Amino acid sequence: MAATTTTPRFSALRRKRPNAPGELSKKFWASAVMWLLVVVYGFPVLWFLLSSVKPAGELFSYPLTFFPEDVTFKGYTEAWTSFDVGTYFVNTMIVAVSATLLTIAVSAACGYALAKYNNWWVKAFTICILATTMLPGEVLLSPLFVVVRDLGLYNNLAAVVVPAVITATGTFMFRQFFLTVPSDLLEAARIDGSGELSTFIRIMLPLSRPIMLTLAIFSFQWRWNDFLWPLVVLNDPNKFTIQIGVSSIVGAQNVNWSVLLGASVLSMIPLVAIYLLLQRYVMNADINAGLKD
Amino acid sequence: MVDSIRPPAKAPRTGDVPRGPEPARPRQRNWRRRRLNRYTGAPLVLISVNLLLFGTFFVWPAITGLMYSFTSYTGVGPAPFVGLDNYQRLLQDEAFYSALIRTLIFTAGVVPLTIVLSLATAVLLVTPYTKGKAVARVVFFLPWLISPIIAGVIWRWLFGENFGFVNYIIISLGGSELPWQSNANLSLIVVIIAGAWANTAFNMLLFVAALKNVPTVYYEAASLDGAGSWAKFRRITLPAIAPTTFIVVLLTILNSMKEYALFKTLNDGGPGTANNLLVQYIYTKGFERAQIGYASAASFVLMLILMIVAIVQLVMNRRKES
Repeated sequence: MAATTTTPRFSALRRKRPNAPGELSKKFWASAVMWLLVVVYGFPVLWFLLSSVKPAGELFSYPLTFFPEDVTFKGYTEAWTSFDVGTYFVNTMIVAVSATLLTIAVSAACGYALAKYNNWWVKAFTICILATTMLPGEVLLSPLFVVVRDLGLYNNLAAVVVPAVITATGTFMFRQFFLTVPSDLLEAARIDGSGELSTFIRIMLPLSRPIMLTLAIFSFQWRWNDFLWPLVVLNDPNKFTIQIGVSSIVGAQNVNWSVLLGASVLSMIPLVAIYLLLQRYVMNADINAGLKD
Repeated sequence: MVDSIRPPAKAPRTGDVPRGPEPARPRQRNWRRRRLNRYTGAPLVLISVNLLLFGTFFVWPAITGLMYSFTSYTGVGPAPFVGLDNYQRLLQDEAFYSALIRTLIFTAGVVPLTIVLSLATAVLLVTPYTKGKAVARVVFFLPWLISPIIAGVIWRWLFGENFGFVNYIIISLGGSELPWQSNANLSLIVVIIAGAWANTAFNMLLFVAALKNVPTVYYEAASLDGAGSWAKFRRITLPAIAPTTFIVVLLTILNSMKEYALFKTLNDGGPGTANNLLVQYIYTKGFERAQIGYASAASFVLMLILMIVAIVQLVMNRRKES
């Protein structure tokens, strides 16, 4: 939203003096630097994608070719069949989708309570949520593992999902949003005799749709790309998530690059697809909201 | 946080101000008590799940972890108390120091590079001078969608010793191939580049949001005074986005200190154990050697370091502001 209000003002400002000295060369140099950076950032991925459709022989034969001479998807099919990428996909999808839905529900409820109720223990809990950022999963790795094992969740996909549901970033995104919702709305609902929880579900929750979608893509990305925690709690190859699966291909003594490239590219597809769907909720997100506090 | 911290700080001051008879106060207090009594159930229900998770997955492991760090617990059986033995062994372990130093070098390399690149890309995406922002934005953001594991694979492929594109270019230009994998320092440089590449996107988003919030009137006024672009950037933009810069620097440092996944596929902490970082050290001790007690002690040392970083940054920030 900020974009739509500031950009016109910017261009109006520029239009006033179209022939200001140096304006054109500034435009040229700024664009040149930006496009240079685009090449720097895009090239590794482009090279990777092009390599993934080359036949195994062409991958290592000097001189290297930029564009593949014959296009093959053998790496992909081999990854899908011989390395169980399909199973990893299903597992990761289960983890990412359920964690995302739970995270949104729980964060919305908690964020709303933190924003709209003044009880001392609600305020104290705000500090507690903030404190969780000081104790990331990496720090609690071993004791957290023991807790999860004692709860009987070891080697279960739920072990990846449940501890991930509580997130300070998500909770604070919702808290900041509900702080901007006028309390008059809440008072009006109270006067009309609406119960507290039904006010939350029927009035407040629909208002927070943009936050929900932003958190949805964030949470999906966190879980889809998560590596260390699934590695610790999942032991059975049939329960592996995609990141562990791909890293196990690398772990082998002789890296089968053809399969590795195929599996890697496959693993990126769902996230890229979701990003393209929800792009504007990420790029326009005022993500400062959750972090600046 | 802000509104929870401020009221107690201001409260005594309002008490000092001499006032006449105060009819408003008791009424307000009554009203407040009524409100508190009335809404206990709803907020409790709303925070209940998070409360339960907080207790189970933060308080419990934090307490048991601290206890384990004084025992030689192996994950099964009894946990014999050994006092400060774990910490003493840790401070005498050369592998721990080398992991710590490697972590610090990695952080020192990757943080400035990430900050400069994310600020540069953000500025280029916000300034009216550039053409083709729509494409550039997607390309700059792409690495955020790629997991550290895959990013490691991508950069390993690019910097392969016998087959990588980079060495191919070096040879084509008449140089000799560089040992990107078997030389510890070169290998770390590759991870630093890959880390900066991977971390730019998210920080760029934060910077873009901050840059868009700088009031344009400042720039207009500066232009009237004849300020150049660089002067405007240094005197207006940088001070205006300072709070965001603070957050970005802090988050990037904390995240770099915890890096593991990127190393896993790029060089697996190698060659040998030369590039083992702290988290990998903790993971190896805790899960491959099953020394839960020892790993817990190492975890608490890591936490201590992270907290020192955060506190130092906070203090520096306060000093700069005042």
